[in-house]
Amino acid sequence: MAKELIMDIKDFSFKYAGAPKPSLENINMPVYKNKITAMIGPSGCGKSTLLRSINRIHDLYPNNEYTGKINLLNIQSDEFENILDIKKENDFIRLRQRVGMIFQKPTPFPMSIYDNVAYGLRLDGVKDKKVLDEKVETALRGAAIWDECKDRLKESAMGMSGGQQQRLCIARAVALKPEVILFDEPTSALDPISTKAIEELISELKKDISIVIVTHNMQQASRLSDYTAFMYIGELIEYNKTDKIFLNPKEKLTEDYITGRFG
Amino acid sequence: MNSTERRRLLTNKIILGLSTISALLGLVFLFWILITLFLKGVSALDFSLFTKDLVDGGLRNLIFGQFVMALMATIIGVPLGMLAGIYLREYGNGKYANIIRDLSDIMMSAPSIVIGAFVFAVFVAPSGGINGWAGSIALAIMLIPIVVSTTDNMLSLVPKELREAGIALGGSKHKVILQIILKAAKVGLMTGILLAFARVIGETAPLLFTSGTNSFWSTNLGNAFPSLTVSIYDLANFPTDKARNLAWAASFLLTVIVLVINLIGRFIIRDKG
Repeated sequence: MAKELIMDIKDFSFKYAGAPKPSLENINMPVYKNKITAMIGPSGCGKSTLLRSINRIHDLYPNNEYTGKINLLNIQSDEFENILDIKKENDFIRLRQRVGMIFQKPTPFPMSIYDNVAYGLRLDGVKDKKVLDEKVETALRGAAIWDECKDRLKESAMGMSGGQQQRLCIARAVALKPEVILFDEPTSALDPISTKAIEELISELKKDISIVIVTHNMQQASRLSDYTAFMYIGELIEYNKTDKIFLNPKEKLTEDYITGRFG
Repeated sequence: MNSTERRRLLTNKIILGLSTISALLGLVFLFWILITLFLKGVSALDFSLFTKDLVDGGLRNLIFGQFVMALMATIIGVPLGMLAGIYLREYGNGKYANIIRDLSDIMMSAPSIVIGAFVFAVFVAPSGGINGWAGSIALAIMLIPIVVSTTDNMLSLVPKELREAGIALGGSKHKVILQIILKAAKVGLMTGILLAFARVIGETAPLLFTSGTNSFWSTNLGNAFPSLTVSIYDLANFPTDKARNLAWAASFLLTVIVLVINLIGRFIIRDKG
């Protein structure tokens, strides 16, 4: 079965505003459709910087510099578009609807559970109450949290547990039917039971969505992902199928990292 | 115990003693003020003060006038101050924002009599007489930098991830600020506004030659407007015991009003902040 690409990162470099040298240099990496791609590496290696380039969230802060290409498949036209070319606000909004993001700490908005999930939909212009109700329910079911919160949709999301909040954030992203979801260490603030629930959810999501996940936790990468990228000081050292990376790494640096010799 | 240890213990005791005495001294003045006001004020306090205007020996119109002007100042000043605070925290970056932030902080410590004089010069003198609007504007000028600083500080407490999460769901910057960030900072902002209100309601100097005061019931901000604080100043200068007692009662009431608003603000912070 031929693997289908959803995204292709080509000669990508990134420099933060005012930084003396780039944080990422010459990254080349494919992202396959309906697969989970994990990015691992020690703190400061640039994995989160790379992740945050994919939905251009860096653009919230001025004067960062990008070079190279991040080509994202447009499902409608079946053509790849370089997201680094985006300049207009409307195109940014479209990009972020197509590429969702989940953060390290849960980020529920200070409003009801229902309104949290409906937030992105309303921004997208969905007004019909029936349509909203339906999409909110589908999203909450999709994030495996419907049963826990169907009776308290009107209650504030701030009262949920950390694990529930994180799943709510996933539901909020899923509601927009994105093609890709980026996870930035989504379980590092959670307890083991919540972590397990989130991991199961991520595995479930890949049926419909391509996933890129940054994690500090190597067991998590090996349990969860299909492909793994090992990064070190701004460079992509090795990229391969996850079992190859963990069982038979080609690079000495990768082997040292996954065997815990540094990091 | 050797001599070094003994010396350390002694130094410790001396410093502790000195700071305790200093703290008590500060508190003594606070309670002294409160007790004096209470003793002098309470004897003059009478329910009829709330039903009669100054011209009939009551305080009704003064309390009302003071509230109205502080409220108008809040209505004028809060939107301006909040928008400026939002600019500083969410949009402004670099040199200009820092200059504005510094200027606003300087404004906060501007002598209030100077603000009164300024409003007199640019507003009262050309318009041909003291009036309630001028008083409200003078109070608003005092209130704006307080609201700017509160907004700036409260927004800085909202984690940046919340902004990023809003943007990541396809929000534009202004929508994320209006719909999420302000909501997340709501309790702090409300408290800040309440404390700013409490701060300006007790002011005298900005009103002295802007609103003046008025012995009669008035709801017309276009004329000299009743002010509790300005009347306290007038009454205290009046050579009769009756006037002085009324001034004490008014001072006591003003203190209670400011104290209660402050306490409400602090309770809100403690419960929800």
